[in-house]
Amino acid sequence: MVKKLVKGNIALCEGALAAGLDAYFGYPITPQNEVPAYMSNKMVTLGKVFVQAESELAAANMVLGACATGKRAMTSSSSPGISLKQEAISYMAGMEIPSIIVNVQRGGPGLGNIAGSQADYFQAVKGGGHGDYHLIVFAPNCAQEMYEVTYEAFDIAEKYKNPVMILSDGIVGQMMEPVDFNKEQKTSFSKKDWCLDGCKDREPRSIKSLLMGDGALEQHNLDLQKKYEVIKANEVKAELYQVEDAEIIIVAYGISSRISKNAIKSARTKGIKAGMIRPITLWPFPTEIIKKYSKPPVKFLTVELSLGQMIEDVRLAVNGVSSVDFLGKAGGGIVSDKDVLNKIMELKK
Amino acid sequence: MNTYNEIIIAGLGGQGVLLAGTILAQSALEQNLKTTWFPSYGAEMRGGTANSTVIISDEEIGSPIAFSPSGLIALNALSLNKFLPRMIEGSSIVANSSLINPNEFKSDKNINFIPISEIADKEIGNIKAANMVAIGALIKILQVPSLDNVLKALQIAFAKKPTLIEVNIKAVNAGYNYK
Amino acid sequence: MEKIFSRPKALKDNPLSYCPGCGHGIIHRLVAEAIDELGIRERTIAVAPVGCAVFAYDYFNFDTTEAPHGRPPAVATGIKRTNPDKIVFTYQGDGDLAAIGTAETIHCANRGENITVIFVNNANYGMTGGQMAPTTLIGQVTETTPFGRDPLREGYPIKVAELLANLEATKYIERVTVFDAPHIIQAKKAIKKAFQNQVEGKGYSFIEVISHCPVDWGKTPLESVKWVEDVFLKTFPLGVIKDTTK
Repeated sequence: MVKKLVKGNIALCEGALAAGLDAYFGYPITPQNEVPAYMSNKMVTLGKVFVQAESELAAANMVLGACATGKRAMTSSSSPGISLKQEAISYMAGMEIPSIIVNVQRGGPGLGNIAGSQADYFQAVKGGGHGDYHLIVFAPNCAQEMYEVTYEAFDIAEKYKNPVMILSDGIVGQMMEPVDFNKEQKTSFSKKDWCLDGCKDREPRSIKSLLMGDGALEQHNLDLQKKYEVIKANEVKAELYQVEDAEIIIVAYGISSRISKNAIKSARTKGIKAGMIRPITLWPFPTEIIKKYSKPPVKFLTVELSLGQMIEDVRLAVNGVSSVDFLGKAGGGIVSDKDVLNKIMELKK
Repeated sequence: MNTYNEIIIAGLGGQGVLLAGTILAQSALEQNLKTTWFPSYGAEMRGGTANSTVIISDEEIGSPIAFSPSGLIALNALSLNKFLPRMIEGSSIVANSSLINPNEFKSDKNINFIPISEIADKEIGNIKAANMVAIGALIKILQVPSLDNVLKALQIAFAKKPTLIEVNIKAVNAGYNYK
Repeated sequence: MEKIFSRPKALKDNPLSYCPGCGHGIIHRLVAEAIDELGIRERTIAVAPVGCAVFAYDYFNFDTTEAPHGRPPAVATGIKRTNPDKIVFTYQGDGDLAAIGTAETIHCANRGENITVIFVNNANYGMTGGQMAPTTLIGQVTETTPFGRDPLREGYPIKVAELLANLEATKYIERVTVFDAPHIIQAKKAIKKAFQNQVEGKGYSFIEVISHCPVDWGKTPLESVKWVEDVFLKTFPLGVIKDTTK
C-alpha cells in the first residue's frame, strides 16, 4: 500500500470518511481549519452533509440532532471552541447519543494562542460540561493514529452510546506524515433500536436527559456508571515502550510521548533504563497498567504540555508506591527531548 | 542511526517554504525513509518569516519539531538571523545571497551562499521557483534525499498541475548543479 | 353512534401538565391534527425546547428529542440534513427561540432549512415563574420587571417574525393566536400550511402563536384572553408576514 503524505488533521478526516461519516458540522478555528475545509469539499462531493455552523454551540447541537437519528456525525474545533461545545457534550452524554468531537488543542486559558498544547486534559477527561459523566477520550500521537483512532471511534461510540472525544493537539494536527490508508470503507453498521427514525410500525421514541420522576435521574446516573465500568474494563488502550526493565517510566500522551521517546532512546544509549507508558485512551485511563509497574525503585515521570493535569491520574494509579515527577510547559511552549533527558538523568541520580 | 536530519526551510511568507518542505518530505518518503513535516502556521502566514521543518530519518521519528536542526534553507536575512544560532555543528546551510548580504553574516558555521532568487528569475524564468532551486542546492550538500527521489516527489506533488512539473524540475536541477 | 371528535393519533393519551387556561394544550392539538391530516406522523421527528414545552415528548405521539436551551434549530438542522425524508419541526417558546437561541433561530432561517418552526409567544418565561422574555411588552410587569418593562432599561419587545421575514431564505411566516375559536381555526390553517410546505420541500416555515399564560400573568383565564386581544396583539399584530411559496 502506498503511503500518502498528509497532515494529521487530514488523516483524521479520512478516518472519519472511511468509518462512514454521514455529516460534518464545524466552525473555523486555528489549528483545526484543515478539517472543515477538507470536509466542505469531500462531504459535498460524496453527496453527504457538510454545514459550516453559525457557532460552536450550533455545530455541536447539529451533531446531537444527526446522531439522535442514528447517523454518523462529528464536529471538530480547538480549545476555546471546545469550551463552547460543552453544553451539547453534557447533553449527549446524558442522552446517550454516540457522537465524535475532535479537539485539536491550542494554548489557553481564554483565547490563549494557536500553538499546540495539552492543557485541555481536565476538560476532556474530568467532565468539561456539567453532571456526572465521562467521554471516551482518545489521544493519537501521529497522523497514522489520527486516521485509525477516528476510524474506530465511531464504532466504540455506538457500542456504548457515548460521545467520544479525540484529543489531539496543534502539532499532531498540523504535522504531515506518511499515512497508510489501510482501512476498508465501512458500509454496514450495527442496528440501532434506540434512534429516532420515525415511528412507523413501532411506538414513538424520545431521547432526553430531563428525568424529573422520583429517583429517575439517580437511576439514570447509576446506569451510566455501570456503563462506564464496562468501558473501563474493555476499552483501555496504551502503548508500552521498553517498560519491562525500566527504572524510570515516563507517562506521556500525544505529542509529548513522541518527544519523550527521543529522550528515552538517548537515555538508553547512556545506559539509563528508561521506558514509557503511553495512554492512547485518556479515559478510560490505563490505571491498572501503571499500577502494575509501580514498585520501588521504579520512578515515574509525567511529561505534558501543561503545568500538570494527567499527573493527577498517574499519582492515583501509582498510589504512593513509586515517586511521580513532572515535566511540562504551558501556554503553547514545547518541552524538548533534551529537557526530558535532563530530567531523566536528574531522576537517575 | 545512519540518516537523521532536522531541516528548517525558512523565508518570507509567499516564498513557498511550506511547499518546499512538503516536497522534501515527499522525496524522503519516495526513498523509503521516515519523515515528518511541520509548518509554522497562523499569524506568521501574514508577513514576517514562515518556516517548515522536515525531519528525515531511517528510524521512527519522535518529535516533528527541530530541537537540533542540521539543515537550513534561509531565503531571506530575517530567517538566517533567526535560525543560524540554533544550527548544530556541521550543519548544511543554504542561504539566498540574492536577498542576503554575505558580509553581514560572519559565522564559524559554513554557510553556502547561493543567488537563489536570481537563478530562479534569470535561469528558470520564474521567481516563484526559488524554493525549488534551494531544495536542489540543499540536497546536493546533504546527499539525502537523492535527486531522483526529489524529481519523483515533484511528479506527485504537481500531479494535478502538470504544467508546473517541468519548471520545478528545472529549478531543482539548477540548484543542484550550481557551482 | 358515530364518533365525530376524538384525540388526534399524534397526541398521546397523557394528561397535560400545563397550567389551567394555558394556550399550549390548544397549540399541541393543532399541531397534532395537522400532522394526522397530512399523514406524516410516522415520519415526523420533533425537537422539544427548554421551557414550558420541555415535556412535549410526553404528549406528542411521534419521535421526539430534547435539545439544550435555545438550540432546537441547530438540532433540527442536524436531523433534517441527514434525514431529508423526515418531517422535522421545533416547538419553542419566546425565551428559547428569541433570547438564548437567537443565533440558532436566525441562522437556521437564513440557511432556509426545510423545517417547520412553531413559536409560542406568551410574553414571559413561564416555566421558571414568569420572568421577562424578549417579547415582554412595554410596561408589562413580570418577576424581573417589577416596575414594568422600561425600554430604556430592558429594550423593546423583539418581533422575530418580522426580523426573519427580511431574510431571503425564509418562505412562509405567519402570526396567529388561539384565544378564541375563529382564531384557533386560522391558527390551524397556518400550522397545517407550514407542515404542508415542508412536505412539498418548499423550505423554512415559521408560525408564531400568540398564547396566553394566565398563571404567570396573574390574570384569570378570561382576563388573559381580553389582555391578548386588547394589549398583546397591538404590539404583535396577526397575519401573514411573508409568503413566497406560491
